[in-house]
Amino acid sequence: MISFIAQRIAKAIVVLLALVVMNFFLIRMAPGDPAVVMAGEAGAGDQLFIAQLREKFGLDQPLPVQLFLYVKGIVSLDLGFSFRQQMPVSKLILDRLPATLLLTGTAFAISLAFGILFGALAARFAGTWADTAITIAALIFYATPLFWVALMAILLFSVTMDWLPSFGYETVGAGYTGLAHVLDVAAHLILPATTIGLFFMATYVRMTRASMLEVSRLDFVKTARAKGLSDAVIQRRHVLRNALLPVVTLAGLQAGTLVGGAVLTETVFAWPGIGRLMYEALLQRDYNLLLGVFVVCSAMVLAFNLITDLVYRSVDPRIEFAA
Amino acid sequence: MCMLSTAAAAEGPKAGGVINAVIQPEPPSLMMGLVQNGPTQMVAGNVYEGLLRYSPKLDPLPGLAESWSVSEDGKVYTFKLVKGVTWHDGKPFTSADVLFSIEFLKQTHARARGNLAQLEKVEAPDESTVVFTLKQPFGPFIGIFEVGSLPMIPKHLYEGTDFKTNPANNTPVGTGPFMFREWQKGSFIRLVKNPSYHVKGKPNIDEIYWHVIPDAAARSVAYETGKVDVLPGGSVENFDVPRLSKLKNTCVTGAGWEFFSPHSWLWLNNRSGPTANKKFRQALMFAIDRNMAKDVVWNGLGKIATGPSGSAIKYYTNAVPKYDHDPAKAKALLKEAGYKGEKVRMLPLPYGETWQRWAEMVRQNLQDVGINVEMIATDVPGWNQKVSEWDYDIAFTYLYQYGDPALGVGRNYVSSQIAKGSPFNNVEGYSNPEIDKLFADGAVAFPDAAREEIYAKAQKILVEDVPVAWMLELQFPTITRCSVKNLITTGIGVNDGFRDAWIEK
Repeated sequence: MISFIAQRIAKAIVVLLALVVMNFFLIRMAPGDPAVVMAGEAGAGDQLFIAQLREKFGLDQPLPVQLFLYVKGIVSLDLGFSFRQQMPVSKLILDRLPATLLLTGTAFAISLAFGILFGALAARFAGTWADTAITIAALIFYATPLFWVALMAILLFSVTMDWLPSFGYETVGAGYTGLAHVLDVAAHLILPATTIGLFFMATYVRMTRASMLEVSRLDFVKTARAKGLSDAVIQRRHVLRNALLPVVTLAGLQAGTLVGGAVLTETVFAWPGIGRLMYEALLQRDYNLLLGVFVVCSAMVLAFNLITDLVYRSVDPRIEFAA
Repeated sequence: MCMLSTAAAAEGPKAGGVINAVIQPEPPSLMMGLVQNGPTQMVAGNVYEGLLRYSPKLDPLPGLAESWSVSEDGKVYTFKLVKGVTWHDGKPFTSADVLFSIEFLKQTHARARGNLAQLEKVEAPDESTVVFTLKQPFGPFIGIFEVGSLPMIPKHLYEGTDFKTNPANNTPVGTGPFMFREWQKGSFIRLVKNPSYHVKGKPNIDEIYWHVIPDAAARSVAYETGKVDVLPGGSVENFDVPRLSKLKNTCVTGAGWEFFSPHSWLWLNNRSGPTANKKFRQALMFAIDRNMAKDVVWNGLGKIATGPSGSAIKYYTNAVPKYDHDPAKAKALLKEAGYKGEKVRMLPLPYGETWQRWAEMVRQNLQDVGINVEMIATDVPGWNQKVSEWDYDIAFTYLYQYGDPALGVGRNYVSSQIAKGSPFNNVEGYSNPEIDKLFADGAVAFPDAAREEIYAKAQKILVEDVPVAWMLELQFPTITRCSVKNLITTGIGVNDGFRDAWIEK
């Protein structure tokens, strides 16, 4: 198992480097550069000003030199410097990463827990009104744009009912500590996490339901039933456990996208996370910062894939490790 | 009761309280000497100060300089600094800081560099006197000392360092009414009262929180739910303004933009394509229904622009040719111009919904008179690049005018300002020796009456030639709770800081 993990990590590093090179060129293919954006925001800029900025960003160097310097930095775990924000990229990302992990982690937990629960219920009561209700609700949340759900949630729970805060990570200036602070952050977390959670939950509901219905028709379930096991035990130990494999696959894939996938929600709820950081870096052509976020997101996708493989094995011991 | 409340109101400013305001987008840095974008100026205008401030009529007011005089030949400006001013770290502010700031800004601040081009020397005969000597009289000179144009930088923190990487950039130190305290990136910036501020009894407010809220709808909601009290101009979409204005205890003002006077127009490519023809450009002016755009897209805010100068800035005249909405005239001019339906590429300004709708409206106007318009979608960096490289036919924009035609108007029309790579110069490529001469003379003419005559002439010629299609003098309304008093007192509005503001309990 150790050698499996080591091999996977070695492969991941190669993939990561290839991604860095690809992203480097992709970003530079977009028109516009950070120097002109910054001059634009200043409301004025003569040639000298823009030339100074280009030199500062290293954009006056030929592209291969820029790439070489960047990759050299990455290899020594240096993500570079954001000239726009006057800070090392790694610091900017590390400052924002916890907020995103909290948001998407909560959303992930909500979606997985409720997705499997409702999916199992729908399968158990397949064909009844409960199944129809769950399936329709899941479809609606899957088909509705995230930002719209977010705005409606704000309208209902913040503006009309005034139950939950509409933006931010905590009550600014309140100076809460200890439990009060935790509760404050939790209150801010509910709306954005639920918004993302509902969307992902829908896919788990569908997947669990379909998978459970399929498994429940298999011979070993019939055998279990013939043995006289109770229905609850059959559903839980025999059907659900086997039906979960495709759900774990899907969850593993989605866990990776959760980091970057929160851009819209973070924007609408002013959540100080990494998705917004990436979006702003893109709009400002802050190359180093944007690449840095890409690197971190890619690394997380790779890490989640590895974790998924490990979880896979614990769910189904028949699966063996092969790198 | 009625008597009581009037009496209470007459008692004047109350000390204390917190103001929650919105900042959009998040500033990259608060070091005003290095970064000059809008959000930076808005927040850091509380931290830094300039030598002068400007009234809504753009007359100079005392700032860090308590008095000033101009020599009779218009070449020597002598400033007396306020005594006993200290930086936020306790060090005294002196004339040496002024000299240092001038040198600093010449290196880092594109606009200051231009404004100081006529400067021959600057001297400090004593700790509280600064003397500027110009090469020749330069009328706009008295207008360049506002905090965003010439902020004072602490010499003791920056001298002999690499300005751009100085760690002090992350903890800005100025002389202003508020001190920088905390910045949670992506969430908020916190400023606190400067207890040893040099104007006695000011500021009244204890703390300011600038909240970073990236979504325009969410900013409206933050105001509606009472989480923020101040929405500076431009922080919500225009179509939300009428709705928010109707909320209880809400005051709206268009004041505080006199110095900047954002002026919007369409860059017309004077070099090639149909827009190179003067008759075609005049046809555009007649084809576009600017009144309707003002009423529908901008909810009646703003003013129809009559020419290159905004009505709030010096030497404005409306004695120029008029272009009212007249599609028939536009069609006739197009025929005269020999336009045969060639495609023209139009770039909207990618600054949100309002601008997108405006572009769609103009496209409709142009199609109605038979112009074949192709809309090009871009984001901000893409727009910058296309405009800077003159790769367009018609492009939306707006620029600040900085109170004087020599500072913010001439740059768009004189041929010396034609240069690829920047979207803030003569992008349209208009070149007219007569205009070049008028703007060159206007900047250095003396006294002011001579300048007035020159600029009147220049405005007339430009409006006849239509190098760009002027649209609106924009107005970005500031929305506040009515209990926030005295927020906007000068011609640069919220950017001048909250030193005079107070909250009615």
